[in-house]
Amino acid sequence: MTVTHPVAATAQGGPLQVPAEVVSLGPAGDYLLLTLAAPGIAERTRPGQFAALAVGGPQSSMLLRRSFSIYRADPDADTLEIVFAVHRKGTAWLAELQPGDPVDVVGPLGRPFELPDQPVACVLVGGGYGTAPLFSLAQRLRVRGCAVHLVLGAASEPRLFGVAEAERVADTVTVTTEDGSTGVRGRVTDVLSDLVRRTHSGQVYACGPMGMLRAVAAVAADHDLPSQCAVEEAMACGVGVCMTCVLPVIGDDGRTRMTRSCVDGPVFAGDRVRWDAVGTVPADTVGAPTGGGH
Amino acid sequence: MSGVDLSVDLAGVALPNPVMTASGCAAAGRELDQFFDVAELGAVVTKSIMRDSRSGRPTPRMAETPSGMLNSIGLQGPGIDSFLANDLRWLTQRGARTVVSIAGSAVGEYAELARRVGAIAGVSAIEVNISCPNVENRGLVFACDPAQASTVVAAVRREVPAEIPVFAKLSPDVTDIVAIADSVMSAGATGLSMINTLLGMAIDPETLRPVLGGVTGGLSGPAVRPVALRCVWQVHAAMPDVPIIGIGGIRTGFDALEFLLAGATAVQVGTVIFHDPSAPMRVVSELAAELAERGFKSPAEVVGFAHRSGDAE
Repeated sequence: MTVTHPVAATAQGGPLQVPAEVVSLGPAGDYLLLTLAAPGIAERTRPGQFAALAVGGPQSSMLLRRSFSIYRADPDADTLEIVFAVHRKGTAWLAELQPGDPVDVVGPLGRPFELPDQPVACVLVGGGYGTAPLFSLAQRLRVRGCAVHLVLGAASEPRLFGVAEAERVADTVTVTTEDGSTGVRGRVTDVLSDLVRRTHSGQVYACGPMGMLRAVAAVAADHDLPSQCAVEEAMACGVGVCMTCVLPVIGDDGRTRMTRSCVDGPVFAGDRVRWDAVGTVPADTVGAPTGGGH
Repeated sequence: MSGVDLSVDLAGVALPNPVMTASGCAAAGRELDQFFDVAELGAVVTKSIMRDSRSGRPTPRMAETPSGMLNSIGLQGPGIDSFLANDLRWLTQRGARTVVSIAGSAVGEYAELARRVGAIAGVSAIEVNISCPNVENRGLVFACDPAQASTVVAAVRREVPAEIPVFAKLSPDVTDIVAIADSVMSAGATGLSMINTLLGMAIDPETLRPVLGGVTGGLSGPAVRPVALRCVWQVHAAMPDVPIIGIGGIRTGFDALEFLLAGATAVQVGTVIFHDPSAPMRVVSELAAELAERGFKSPAEVVGFAHRSGDAE
């Protein structure tokens, strides 16, 4: 369903629903980079937030929004950029968009990365196109005087995103590929521990697949460092009403709740997510079934 | 809006328009209030609340299907204490008309919830969810059995002040929905909400296993609209004086009008909210336009219109 005018949020700085327009769409390695003119969203966007796109046009039979972390938000041009890969029908539709095509966009959504109060060195870790939100984060961090050490990992070279840009926004860049096609052969976590130690980093940020986040959070914990991890959980609405994107997260009171990644995330403290229990309801979760299931 | 007055009288409750959110598709209104003023809706119908906090089911909890979706949330919620203190309080302060949906695993739980909710000033109506398919024991879908359904509704009715209407939300997964409707009306329901989701499932093309963590889930969205419309039609034909809230895949103003024509007094917009968070108020304005275009002045004029013989026009 396409709105014909921006639907203004009543909450200051909250999300907008806007009729966006495709500016450009092109390849970026194995991925696609989509630039959208999305009035008003960019100026509200902070690193780590995401946008939820309706796919298939006004009469679409695909009802669920597709959520993507925002790669770049340019308030001057009033544009948003997202990076995606074609998986199934929804992303296949996005891949066929032409400049000028309308796309209904809701954003910015979710909690952004929190920035450190002090100018500490930070390690930013991204897997695949999960690196997308890390570039704007790196820029914000450097404005605050934080040294930025970026680690980009993927299965192979074409699955990396943003290596050239990484050199511009980070103090150091480390690339890993599982097949060794470029950079260090292995996974991001193979280099992380040493990097954290050498750089005396005080904060770890990560975005990528769940398994990678789990491993990164564990390394950070080993070094007694706080980590902030942006999860990629399947969502239907992106705005907090459908309750599909939940994962077990430990709250301030020490209790685990099935927590929405769209409004309480996508950025979570790495030591609060029950990584080993994602996809389950741990028995000590608030309101967990006492026998059988729900 | 072209001389159309959208206000309706739903079982004695005055609503500015006949469009509500459907339970489970709007949480407790707060998130959608970012996109439109929830106080302008006919009413907000809250996600079904249970007595205790409830984690719901493991993920994956949803699967997209043609013009619809399956969900297996499993009635995740904070429990009635938190709901009353936070969600309902917010809705009341916001000035929204609120229909509170309650769900229980036993008759006593429904009665307790009804008593607690019925004691709160400003609740427009109670919707009794006896039809959620996402319960551990499918045999507990009260709405699939006329005797069970009427027992729950009677227990709720006893606990709720007479001025608060009680709507029973029915499942389409029954052989004879008119029989269920008849039994819950006899048990004291003020009206009917139709329909809840249909039980369905999907299998993942890669894992070759069920997509949903809960294996089966509730099918909703425009795909189920013809089924919902048929249920409303059948029940209105059998008992034309019963207030019906039509629910199932409403996406446009005409979809809402279709339900009114079949016999509904009001409608709820559900799954389409996930696609378009401003859908409920869009449907309000589109419904006004659909009525105006056909020369109608109010929703009440068209309730059950499709049942009347052509000569009556």
